[in-house]
Parts: sequence; C-alpha cells; structure tokens
Amino acid sequence: MDTKDTQSLNLEALRAKLAGKTGRRYWRSMEQIAETDEFKMWVEDEFPNRKAILELDRRQLLKYMGASMALAGLSGCRQVFLGQDKIVPYVNQPEELVPGRPLYYASTFTHAGYGQGVLVEQHEGRPTKIEGNPDHPENKGTSDHWMQASILSMYDPDRSGSVTTKDGEIGTWDGFFKKSRAAIASQKAKKGAGLRILMEATSSPTLIRQLAAIQKSLPEASIHVWDPVNRDNVRQGSALALGKDLEPVYNFENAQIVVSLDADFFSSMPGHLRYAKDFANARRVLGAEAEMNRLYAFESTPGLVGAMADHRWSVKASGIGEIAKGLYDAVSGGTPSGPLAKELAAIAADLKGFPDASIVVPGDHQPAAVHALAQMINLLLNPGRGCVKYIEPVTNAGAFSDLSLKELVDEMNAGKVEAIMMLGGNPVYDAPADLKFAEALAKVPFKMHHGKYVDETAMACDWHLPETHYLEEWGDARAYDGTVTFVQPVSYPLFEGRSKIELLAALFASPTSGYDLVRETYAATVPAAEFESSWRKALHVGVARETARPAVTATAVGTQPEVGAPVPGLEIAFRSEPHVFDGRYSNNGWLQELPRPLTQITWENAAIIGVETAKRLKLESEDVIELKYGGVPVNAPVFVQPGHAEDQVTVHFGYGRTRGGSVATSTDFFGGGFNAFALRTSKAMSFDKLEEPRKVASKAHPIATTQLHHQIEDDRDVIRSGTLTEYRKNPSLHEEAHHGGSPESKSLYPDNIFEFNGPQWGMTIDMNVCIGCNACAVACQAENNISVVGKEQVKNGREMHWIRIDRYYMGDLANPDETVFQPIACVHCEKAPCEPVCPVAATVHSHEGLNQMVYNRCVGTRYCSNNCPYKVRRYNYKNWSDNQKQFMDRIEPIAKIGGNTTTEKTNGIALLRMLNNPDVTVRGRGVMEKCTYCVQRINNVRIEAKKAGREPRDGEILTACQQSCPTQAIVFGNVADPESQVSKLRKDPRSYQLLRELQTRPRTSHMGRLRNPNPEITA
Amino acid sequence: MPNIFKPNTNTYAKVSLLLAASLPLFGGLALAAWSRSPANTKVNVPLNQPVPFSHQHHAWELGIDCGYCHTGVEKSASAGVPPTETCMSCHSQIWTNSPLLEPVRQSYETGTPLKWNRVNKLPEFVYFNHSIHVARGVSCNQCHGPVQNMNITWKGNPFQMAWCLECHRAPEKYIYKDEANPKLTPREQVFNLYWKYQAGDKLSPREDSLIRGTEQYSADPAEQAKGRTLINTYGVKVQQLADCSVCHR
Repeated sequence: MDTKDTQSLNLEALRAKLAGKTGRRYWRSMEQIAETDEFKMWVEDEFPNRKAILELDRRQLLKYMGASMALAGLSGCRQVFLGQDKIVPYVNQPEELVPGRPLYYASTFTHAGYGQGVLVEQHEGRPTKIEGNPDHPENKGTSDHWMQASILSMYDPDRSGSVTTKDGEIGTWDGFFKKSRAAIASQKAKKGAGLRILMEATSSPTLIRQLAAIQKSLPEASIHVWDPVNRDNVRQGSALALGKDLEPVYNFENAQIVVSLDADFFSSMPGHLRYAKDFANARRVLGAEAEMNRLYAFESTPGLVGAMADHRWSVKASGIGEIAKGLYDAVSGGTPSGPLAKELAAIAADLKGFPDASIVVPGDHQPAAVHALAQMINLLLNPGRGCVKYIEPVTNAGAFSDLSLKELVDEMNAGKVEAIMMLGGNPVYDAPADLKFAEALAKVPFKMHHGKYVDETAMACDWHLPETHYLEEWGDARAYDGTVTFVQPVSYPLFEGRSKIELLAALFASPTSGYDLVRETYAATVPAAEFESSWRKALHVGVARETARPAVTATAVGTQPEVGAPVPGLEIAFRSEPHVFDGRYSNNGWLQELPRPLTQITWENAAIIGVETAKRLKLESEDVIELKYGGVPVNAPVFVQPGHAEDQVTVHFGYGRTRGGSVATSTDFFGGGFNAFALRTSKAMSFDKLEEPRKVASKAHPIATTQLHHQIEDDRDVIRSGTLTEYRKNPSLHEEAHHGGSPESKSLYPDNIFEFNGPQWGMTIDMNVCIGCNACAVACQAENNISVVGKEQVKNGREMHWIRIDRYYMGDLANPDETVFQPIACVHCEKAPCEPVCPVAATVHSHEGLNQMVYNRCVGTRYCSNNCPYKVRRYNYKNWSDNQKQFMDRIEPIAKIGGNTTTEKTNGIALLRMLNNPDVTVRGRGVMEKCTYCVQRINNVRIEAKKAGREPRDGEILTACQQSCPTQAIVFGNVADPESQVSKLRKDPRSYQLLRELQTRPRTSHMGRLRNPNPEITA
Repeated sequence: MPNIFKPNTNTYAKVSLLLAASLPLFGGLALAAWSRSPANTKVNVPLNQPVPFSHQHHAWELGIDCGYCHTGVEKSASAGVPPTETCMSCHSQIWTNSPLLEPVRQSYETGTPLKWNRVNKLPEFVYFNHSIHVARGVSCNQCHGPVQNMNITWKGNPFQMAWCLECHRAPEKYIYKDEANPKLTPREQVFNLYWKYQAGDKLSPREDSLIRGTEQYSADPAEQAKGRTLINTYGVKVQQLADCSVCHR
C-alpha cells in the first residue's frame, strides 16, 4: 500500500482557482486548472518529450547540424531516380469500370444486429472508403465511427484466414463439412436433441429464414441468442408497460422536449444516426429568430447526450429508477417524491406542454422497470404517437438472452449438448462470469465456432471457421425501423471465409451461394413478375422500399412497476466501450487510437470515477486499484472524470483480450486494458454494489489521454457559448468586456487577400449541433491515409489525427455546467503563421485560399508546427505508414502446417497498403502533415466541373468530415460566393474565428454553442 | 641535392587543392545533370515490352484512334492501358497464328494479365489527370512525343516538374486551336489534329511541330496572343495552374 496520502490535485485549491477567474471559464482538464508541471509542459512546448538541445554536447550538436544541413537538400531528391514499374491491365475489363475512377456500391454495415446503409468507394476492385447511404432510412448519407472504421477490419492482417482445428492446426472446409455433416446426420435421428446453435442477434431475413427451416427439420434442437450488450431491458420494459414484446422507435424530428434517463441515443442505440440528425435539426439555430428543442439528461457515466443537454444531473446508475418513478408520478398528475422532486415537477410540466412533441428515452442498460416507466410516460405524452412508435422486434434476440444463455450452460453441464455451432460472438470472453461458460463448453464433444477472428472462443473449439467481412459477402439486414437492406460484396473474400448464410446452407441444406440465398428471400416478398426489376432497383439503392415494420397499436397495461432502490454506497457500473464496444472492434487500430469522447482516453479502458469520490477514496488518475466484485479481483487504472456520478465506478467492456489479434492483445506500454467481463455476473448485468477498492499503486499506470494535448492558450476567445436568452441579447456570444473591445474592427488587411477570380474555400463548424461523436475524425483518417501511432506515441503527444475534437468544460469541477465539443483541424488562415517560417516553402497558399502542404518539399524542421497557434499540424516522427509494428512482430505460433509452425507475419503491411486512398499521398518519416480541406476531392470536383464548362456548385464538394457528420455540423464551400451555404453561415451572428485577435484570418469559422435551459429550473 | 619541388609546384598544389575542394560541387552538378539526362529520364529510349506493340503500325499505318484503346483518356485521370480483350477484338480474326502475339493469346486463354513495362511514370506524389488536359485541347503528342513514329514506344518528354511548369506557368505558348475550324471544341481539337494528319491534309508549321512532338510551344507573339484568347474562352485560370495542390495532394 502506498503511503502517499496527499493528492497532487487538491480539490479545494482548484475550486478556489476556478472561482477566482472572471467571465466564463472553460477548461479541458483538472491539470489545467491546477497548472501542473505536466500541463505547463504541454502548453509551453509544441514538441514535449523530445531531447532538449542542451542535453547534447557541443561536438554532437555540430555533428547533427552538419549532417542535417548536408542531408536536407537530399530529401528533395526523392523519386528523381525512378525504378521500372509494370502496368498490369485487365484481361476482361468490367463494363462500368474506368481505371482511375472509383465506383460506388450500396451495401449494409451491421452493428449488433442492426443494419446501417453504406456506400462503398472502390478503386479498381479495392474498397477504400465507406460513406453513408443517402437512401437508407437511418443514416441518410451520414456515418458513425464504427462504420467508417469497418474498412480497416476488411484489410486486417489478423483476420482469421483459414479453417483451423483444435490447437490451431490448419484444416480445410472439406474436412470440416465431412465431420460436421456426420454429426448433423446423427442428430437428425434424434430430431436434433443434442444440437445447439449459439449466435449473436441478427436481423437478416435470410438468416432468420434459414434458422426457421433448421428449427422445423430439427425440432428438438434449440437456438440461443447471446450478446453481452443487448436490448433485453428495452423489450422486457415494453412487455411490462404495454403487455407486448415490442421495440420503441423514437421520432426526434418532432420532439421539442427530450428527457434522457442515462440513454445514449447519439452514438450506440439502434437508430442513433437518425436520432442524432433529427435531434440536431430541431436544435439548429440560424439567424436571430431562434427556437431550440430542450434536452434534460440524467446521467451516470458522462456521455454524448449529457454533454449536449440543457440540464444535466449526475445520478448514479442505480438511482435512475427513482428518477423515472418521480417523473412518472409527476407526468401522470401526482406529486413526485424522492430526489430532485422540484426539478422533476418542472420537467413534467415542460413535457406536458408539448403533447405529441416530447419523449423520455431510457438507456439500454437501465433495468426493465425504468423502461416500462419511460414508455408509460411516453404513452401519456404522445396520445397521437407523435414522437414514439412501437414495432415488432427487429432482431431474432429473445427478451431474456441471459436466461437463454444460462439454459444452454446448464444443458452443456448436464451433458445434453452433443454438438454446438457458434455463429459469431465470443461467449468464452464475454459471457457472465458466474455461468463459467468455458468450463461448460469444454464438456461438449463437438464444438464449432464461426467468426472473423481466432478469439478466445475459437481457441476453445474443435473447429474454427473463418467468416467473411461484410464487404466480401452477400446478405441482408434490417435497419432500426425494420427496413430491409442488402449486403453486397465489393471484393472477393481475401481469405478463405464464408458468410453465415452460406455456412448454414452448406451444413443444413445444400451448398448455395449467398447471392442465391438472398435473392430467394427477397423473391418471396415481391410478385414474381416484378422480381427481376425490383431486385435490381433494390440492390442499386441498397434498400428494399416500404419494408419498415409497421407500428403496433400499444396501450399501457398493468400497474406502475416497482423500481429498485438505489445501491447504498459505492457501486460498479458496466457499460459498453464507446469505441471497441464489447470487444468486437478490439483489433481495429483506428478505433483504439480514437480518443473516447469524454475521457479522451486511447488504447485502453479505465476504472472511471467522479471527482468527489476520488477525493474520498484518495485516488487520482493513473493510480492502480484492485476492483473486487463477486470475489474476483481485477486491477485497473483509475481515471477521474468530471461530471461522473459520485459513488460509482464505471468499467467498460472490450479490453483485457487474450486472443483476437495483435492489436487487441497488445499490452505495449501497459495498453490493452482490463477485462470487465471477468467482474460481470448474470445477477447484475448493469450495476451492483462494490466493495471499496484497494489502492495498489500510485501513478503507476500511464493512461494515454489526449485531453492535455494541443492545448490552445486558454485565456483567449476559444469557446463561445451561452443560453438562448443570452443569445437573443448578444447574438455574437462574445464577452466584450473580457477582451476589451471587438477585435473585428482592428484589421489593417484588405478584405480580399487573394486577387483571384475563382472560388475561395472555407468551412464552418457549428458547435451547437456537434455531438462529439468522432465520426469525422475516423472519416478523415480513412480518406487521408492517416497513420496509427500506438499508445506510447499518443502518450508523447504524437497522435496523427488531422481533426481533433477538443472537449471543454465550464463550471464546477465535479459537476460541470456545460460540456462543449470543438472539432478543430487546420483552419487555413489567410495570413498563415506557418508559411513565413518554412525554410523550404513546403507550406504555401493556393489561389483558392488553401494552406497547402507540399510533402515532397518538406524537410521536417517543424518550424511551421511551432508557429501554429491552433496546434493542428502533425509530424511523422517515424515511418508509421509502413512500420506498423504490431504486424511486423513475430506473433505466437497459432497456425501449423504439416507440423511446422508459421510464426512470421510479414504480409500484413502489403495487405494494409491496399486500404490506402490512391488519391492521397502516403507520407513517410520526417514529413509534416495537416488538414488539406480534402484537396483531392476539391480537385476532382473542379476537374469534372471544368470539363462540363461550369464552376463547382455549392455543396458539390464534400470534405470527408462533412460527409460523415451525422448532424451536419460541418459545412464547406466557397466563401467568395455570397449565396453559398458556408457564406451565409459565416455571416451568422454566432459565427466567430478562433484567435481572431492574432489576425491570422482563419477560413474555418466556428459557431457558438447555445443552451436552452428551463427558466423554472435554477442551476 | 636538387630541389624536389620546383617553384611552380606551389601553383599545382593550390590548383589541386581548389579542385579537390570543388569536387563535391562538381559531383553534385554531375548528379543533377545525370538525373536530367536520358540515362535517368529514359527520354527517347525505347523500352522492351513482352509484346513488341507498334504504335506506328496501329495508330499511323492503320489509323486507329488513340481513344480506341486508351478509353479512359477523356473520362479519368488515367488514360488506361487496354485489357487483353481489346487486343483480341481484332487479333482473334487477324494474325491469329503470329508468334509475336502468343503472349496476348496466352493471356486471353488463361486469364493472366499481360505485364507491360511502364514507359511514362510520374512520382507517386504527383497527381496528373489526362481528362482535363484533353478537355483543354492538349494533343497527345505534346507530352508523349511523336507516338505515330514509335515502333517500340519510348518516353517523349522527361516529365520532370520543370518541364510541366513550362506550360503550367505560360499555357498561352502551348494552347492551340485550328483556325480553319472555328467550331471545334477543345476536345475535338485533339482529335481533329490526328484526322487531318491521317487524311494527309496540309498541316500548318505549328501543327506539324505538334505532331512531331518537337517545339511544342510557339515563341511567336501573335500565336501567343491567340493562345491568350483561347485561355479566356476556355476559362483556364492561369494563376492557379502553378498552385502546388493542383498536382500535389
């Protein structure tokens, strides 16, 4: 036990510092308020963690100087001497293909069973980028971080490539079919009594049809559906409130008042892209005559919804029940009792003021009773079902998946299961710990696992079968509202994978191609005469029209359900990880390195606690504690998160992997996190009482959070925010007094810096609708071939993301009043400070106002970055694009051919290169890079426009970040055209330029954040 | 004992020292000169190919339009090298037994692509777009040299940045349109040149030099004035042509 009792961050002292500031005070981290040495290092030094020049002796310094002068010129010689290349044309060129121009195909990305439409950009047969499908009812052209990053998984060198038998011996599909068909044949005699299928939830009509056929031919066999992050509570809640097992579908378009009961409808709930878009549209403020919706959030772990909320209360996960009850009492006409009674009464009054235009949304992890209460409130508030409808469940999951899994485990333990087929999923890793799934599984004589990775479950099975990535297979899925969409392959399988539907057909029927299976399913839904044309149309748009599930008439039944009392004292809360989810995306470097929205942690999970709790337990970030639950101890690093509910420890799933790829299992620099599933039991799937954790070590575990990185000097006009009332009085939201007059009037520059008769590019970012979801950051990474650098380098501040989402708090430490997300990339200053300091003119302006970065000129002095007040330039300290360490390292021998182990894995890099966008240069070591406003897209559109004899139209050029943004917070266009959308937004009163007083004249403007608090509720 | 070193040795010594000191400079200059010479750029050096394809035969003697094989040239950044299928559209009927065409037949039968040696290569940080150049009436030969004379194809120009900039900085010297056909669109101008040449029409000295791939630009102020008019008609923004991000991104 560490004896150090004093904390380096003294809460009272910090509060005093905060109180001493005048005006609105925005802060990004507690270290910032405390002005710790670490914080000072980050703000004062553009390149911290480097060798200082004084550390070198004179002789060495001269050596380095001489060498760099001699070599600086040489870097200009790159590719002066060219090698001999080959041109390999097609033998038969596909009809629609023009080499050099991408093709786009509509397909479907499936996350946790629910389909989201995608358009896949494909260059000569090589998919390189995912965009949202504009015809899809959910995303309507936008995308989220999972969709964007799914393209990396396609080229993942660790993806399972061949059939393997026990102990990783390489097998064949033929060998597998021989064994498995024999096993199934023997089951047929017993009507399948010994056969079990365990799968992840699916909404695929074809797969569900196949499962029904299997169930019919083998009536004694049973199918179990298990997902560690599931919608059981939602469905059970509907059953309690409505008497039917239904899924609610919300309509945020009409919603004026929204109450969130620990819900995350912006980034993980099915339908979240649509919800975010509709919510943002109801919140968007243009011009002075502004109306906004209002969001109340009760939140345990800070999330995106709470950050957007007009009123937010930190309530621990087990306390949400009381809130739901109080709210129901208030809405149904009674008087709320319990905590926050006054506030709940005001909220209820507000809700009732907007019949059919208000909703209460509970979080998926909240218990069924909370869902039931929320739906009962929704029925009262929406007599015409204006904001909510109920549909038949979209996936094949039951409403009690933990019970279903338990039943399976009991049967396995009883020896009743002779053969088990696991379709996807990783139950050995993610099943509740008390079920001891792995032990039960070991008792099954014949175990098969079908999945994308050789993971924990695959290792426990007799056969592992590689599954195709969704870009390699035919299939179908349903969207959150039930609309049928199609999965269309854009590539042959890179490895030996087969899709789920092909596997089931080959095992239980006759081998059929996925294409035929999906067509067969679709054929049953349309008249035979129209089938061909209808199929082609549906495939083209990726969506089968008019297939959304109809609303089911639902009325409240039964009585008010009992909610559990809050857990006294400290509790543990289990939540899905914002980026790796339940571990299914663990091997994706883009998602691992993407800072989590609120904590800004990368590469691992942590035990997240509130500020007061940290003080009480004498803990601070980077301490290591022992969490003990159900007798199982797990060591975890602590992260102190402002706004986190007190007396609660949040742990995220998806880490502590032992199998499943070299990124997932990497523990470099203590990354890789801890396994929260080891603590989760079927008795408490969401939260439960926790023993006081024991501190194991102080400041022992480095956490790579980016919240200190790229800090803009903070007493400047960086964030503007205010309430709607304040906005009506002062539309610019600018604190004049604080800054001594308007900087707008002080410029000596002419209005037009560039004398050029052409478009002038600019961008606006509306912080009022930015939900902080990170989709733009991954979209940018995919579009611009941005490297992953690993945890250690992130800790050194060397992450490469061109666009970062800065998160600012305002107000109290433990419970900030406001959380603001500020996406920031290169702002393309008209008078760019980076340009005059470059000794080789590698960064210069174009006539269209772009601050260009010429990689082939750059010699890597980093002067530009040093001189950039926005801290948006990124330097390639290493050859990250090629030396992706994890794929060059020797990995454990998992594959054996003829007794020989294959250990070297060097084909990984070649595979990952196929992912690169051919329109963007891949940068090597020693080169500076930054946001280009997607100049490749500008050029392509400009060329096409010129060929057609016109100028690019407004809205024709979409930058990658803009295209992905679910809420359309980012707008790009020609600022010289007064009619363009971006010009209009730049003239909006809320629009301001970051650090305008420096007279850099940024082309990117930000728009201030507004809140719409209820005047009846104070604080 | 006589002096070993005569008085003039001093001079020799000084000169040798100077020469030795300037050796790196000469070395650098030599390297630079070599990088620009055909030894490195491979300009005018025919390159062996798996099939001795003759542009002279196909494009000039037979008069097959460039776009018949290079189908992407008006649509895409890349002009495209034809698939084997295109070769076989004729060669399944003629020269079906020619041993020279054996690799083509093999490729078609086995589905294995032909592997041509790349003649015109740009560094990977350069993004050239064929379609916009064709759309501005830049004829193929202006960059690729006298293709109609190439029995085995060679590189017509060095494709180094300085060479590109000659036109990107002063396109009025290069841009050209046949005045006899005022209705020609810039794109038609490209093909018009070859049709005239193919038909044996009389070519103006400018057209002749364009076809021969020599002296692509005109130093004549009158021609340049016409060039400027064309630039205005086409809406070419000359200032922008030399912006870095036009070619580097």
